[in-house]
Amino acid sequence: MSDLLTFHFDVDGDDFTSAGQASVQIKKNLRQLGIAPDTIRRVSIAMYEGEINMVIHAGGGEADVTVSETYIEIVLKDQGPGIANIEQAMQEGFSTAPDAIRSLGFGAGMGLPNMKRYTDYMNIESEVGVGTTITMRVNI
Amino acid sequence: MKISTMKELLNAEVVCGEEDIDRNVFSACGSDMMSDVLAFVKDQAVLLTGLVNSQVIRTAEMMDMICIVFVRAKLPTPEMIELAKESGIVLLTTKTRMYDACGILYSNGLVGNKLKS
Ligand SMILES: Nc1ncnc2c1ncn2[C@@H]1O[C@H](COP(=O)(O)OP(=O)(O)OP(=O)(O)O)[C@@H](O)[C@H]1O
Ligand SMILES: [Mg+2]
Repeated sequence: MSDLLTFHFDVDGDDFTSAGQASVQIKKNLRQLGIAPDTIRRVSIAMYEGEINMVIHAGGGEADVTVSETYIEIVLKDQGPGIANIEQAMQEGFSTAPDAIRSLGFGAGMGLPNMKRYTDYMNIESEVGVGTTITMRVNI
Repeated sequence: MKISTMKELLNAEVVCGEEDIDRNVFSACGSDMMSDVLAFVKDQAVLLTGLVNSQVIRTAEMMDMICIVFVRAKLPTPEMIELAKESGIVLLTTKTRMYDACGILYSNGLVGNKLKS
């Protein structure tokens, strides 16, 4: 497998109910490619957390997944409000989610730490008022 | 523990996945916050929750869980049932409240996921 396999998704920011669909699809695709179950789980959890974040914090965005011979890369890009203090956002328990979001089961402040925990590489680029791009890699 | 045993212990009803209730589960977790559930991957096979929306099913699917127990008599929506069927997840509903439901299962041998110390 010398070619890179790529998958692209538009993540709808207006529809909380369908949030996570891209991650479900990626999970299926990786299964078909015969990737190890543990690796699939790490990729899909990290992507799911990022996808939910784009929906609840940034009004949606785009997800691109690349499968290479040695790693799986997930790039999540949005034009939301950006993250003012990335170090603070990365702390377990830090969340700006309002009560309405908490009552939907999100806002524990665990998403970004989970993404970091399950991936081998994670980089956040963010500018307030411009948007956020998160790149994650899981080694195969 | 078999899903069918959980069903009896909790006096629960099967919402969907009846054909899989003889499957065995070895650990469980209970939470209404999905990122808390997603934080600790072991081999939890069961999620107990009082939260009712599609993300509960997707969270369980991301974790490769095979059963969700809705506590406090919560009922999943038709859309959630459809998602659960697609992913082969058994849905149970019980009148038992979260604390009691977890306690009953735990004391009957279905442990949680011990944190690494
Ligand atoms: N894509 C994003 N755009 C803007 N802000 C974001 C984005 N992702 C995360 N944040 C900010 O970082 C904080 C922490 O994110 P994190 O995912 O860790 O927790 P959460 O989403 O608030 O709760 P949880 O993920 O536990 O449901 C968020 O509350 C939000 O303020
Ligand atoms: Mg989050």
